[in-house]
Amino acid sequence: MATPVNNEDLVGMLCEMIKARISSERLWALQRQGRIGTIAPINGQEATTVGATWALDPEHDWVLPQYREPMALGRYGPEILNRFAAWAIGHPLGGHIPEPIRVFPPQISLATQILHAVGVAWALKLRGEPGVALVFFGDGSSSEGDFYEAGNLAGVLEVPVIFLCSNNQWAISTPTSRQTAAAGFAAKAEAFGIPGVTVDGMDPVAVHEVVSAARDRALAGRGATLIEAVNYRLAAHTTADDPTRYVPPKELAEAQTRDPLVVFRRQLEDRGIWDRSMQSDAEVAGTQAIDEAWAWASNLPLQQTELFDHVFATPTERQRLQRDKLTAYLQDQQ
Amino acid sequence: MIERDEQTLTMVAAINQTLRAEMARDDRVIVFGEDVALSGGVFRATDGLLDVFGEDRVVDMPLAEAAILGAAAGLAAGGMIPVPEMQFLGFSYQAMHQLAGQIARFRYRTFGRFSMGITIRAPFGGGVRTPELHSDSLEGQMANIAGLKVVTPATAADAKGLLTEAIRDPDPVLFLEPLRGYRGIKGPVPDGEYRVPFGQARWAVPGDDLTIIAWSYQVEVATRVARRFAEQGVSVGVLDLRTLVPLDIASIVDAVERTGRIVVLEEAVPTGGFAAEIIATINEHAFYSLEAPPVRVSGFDTPYPVGLLEDTYVPDARRVEAAVTTVLRAAP
Repeated sequence: MATPVNNEDLVGMLCEMIKARISSERLWALQRQGRIGTIAPINGQEATTVGATWALDPEHDWVLPQYREPMALGRYGPEILNRFAAWAIGHPLGGHIPEPIRVFPPQISLATQILHAVGVAWALKLRGEPGVALVFFGDGSSSEGDFYEAGNLAGVLEVPVIFLCSNNQWAISTPTSRQTAAAGFAAKAEAFGIPGVTVDGMDPVAVHEVVSAARDRALAGRGATLIEAVNYRLAAHTTADDPTRYVPPKELAEAQTRDPLVVFRRQLEDRGIWDRSMQSDAEVAGTQAIDEAWAWASNLPLQQTELFDHVFATPTERQRLQRDKLTAYLQDQQ
Repeated sequence: MIERDEQTLTMVAAINQTLRAEMARDDRVIVFGEDVALSGGVFRATDGLLDVFGEDRVVDMPLAEAAILGAAAGLAAGGMIPVPEMQFLGFSYQAMHQLAGQIARFRYRTFGRFSMGITIRAPFGGGVRTPELHSDSLEGQMANIAGLKVVTPATAADAKGLLTEAIRDPDPVLFLEPLRGYRGIKGPVPDGEYRVPFGQARWAVPGDDLTIIAWSYQVEVATRVARRFAEQGVSVGVLDLRTLVPLDIASIVDAVERTGRIVVLEEAVPTGGFAAEIIATINEHAFYSLEAPPVRVSGFDTPYPVGLLEDTYVPDARRVEAAVTTVLRAAP
């Protein structure tokens, strides 16, 4: 049975959400300073990501993120944020999350990771390992063929996978009403022969509860679950986007009143387990986490000839020739 | 059963035996695809595997190519050795985002964390009057995907040796099986463990006057042409590339240095194709050993045609002979 959250979990989840928000805003600022490339903020989706991963066992369970979630995967250790900062800078080590951390790198080609999760879950089942694969994707990704192929395949194979649709209402500028005419995204589970659940994605406790139940079900050999976590994208799609062109201000203002960092904090204060000093400690810790990740990532050495590394386990003759030529060219230029 | 050092097998039998041997050797090897289990595959390449290895390791998949390859990526990351089948290479268009966009770049984008030791088997090539998209030769497109190895056996023995190598390779391999070769190619296959390393071309026919460079079923066509020229006292060699990625550059250079005259065969669309790649390779590495401009014999810049036109589209011995004659006569 799923373990219900205790006070320590509640506090832990809020700390993690604060860290994610601070990281998101720091990375935004770094992009504006021209120090990193395009970045997609997580503002508004922290509760979904943190609540879901809090229900997992990092030793056995896999997480396959899209491209926002890595800044809220502190449950899997500080290395994820280090690598995400490197990924944002454009260092090849950003995609390398070291063994034995069971987290995939950010995924840009939308919905492809949903099929990978089915494969990972299938491997867990074949090897008799006690774990699940949880995959994050968005409302937009649910329109991709891979979503349907993955849901269908998971239903047939009965593998321990959790499909988590983090519905932030917007696929860049396209609202959910233009993604589907279905009665919500969880309704699509019907076609896969798996359970579909809708949950308030702004409430980490609610997300934790449904993911825990899905995980129990998966570990009991009863297969996949599709969860739609309804949240709201409180920031732009990415640093390259201008949401004022399409997000109705009233709708955004309403969503801001449900900001999980405000609402959940108030809930914990009401329970008497959170106060102003804890808030400021959490903010200091969050700032320190992204500072450390940034320091690590921005000091990584890199040779231009690493361009050729890890295409294959052993480079082909042609790659070796190209690398030698490039090396000579680069030396000439110096 | 009598003990033998080798047996005569069709290419499809050699493939079937190799899959059995590799599945018996390593229980992480799993075979899956459309109609591979109960029916044993539309060409019977996986016939009987279900009975021996059971339904966990020989799996009929829902009809969805992206699901087959996308799941393969996850299986590989999860520690398995997937050997998925694309029922026909042309169907892999419906999985190109998983093949080119994901599987081929997984090791690279994770800077070495996740190996994709996946062997994708796919029949391809013309000559058997199939419906649309069953015969397309897409090897040039596939070779243009960085991070994917492209393997093209032309004999039953190489089908065994290269498939064994593919399954043991830590990187993704597209293993292309010629439709016409499944039963049309037959030959001696060594018993027991037999591996053919990638990137080592084979002289199917040694020659001094001209070299035909070919792969897969076109090696058969080239060999027939070489025999006819031999009857006239002209020594035409046939270099079977065996693998397009990695490419055996040294053997191509050797062929140019030995014969000075080159004809390259392919069944594919010529523009941007692999024959063009071979000729560019010759230009880079052996231009001054040429005695005549190299010529390619290809399909045409059209989609693969319907049955009544395909014998004109696919290079045959007559078209190849004409090209060989032209290159033999060419003088500076």
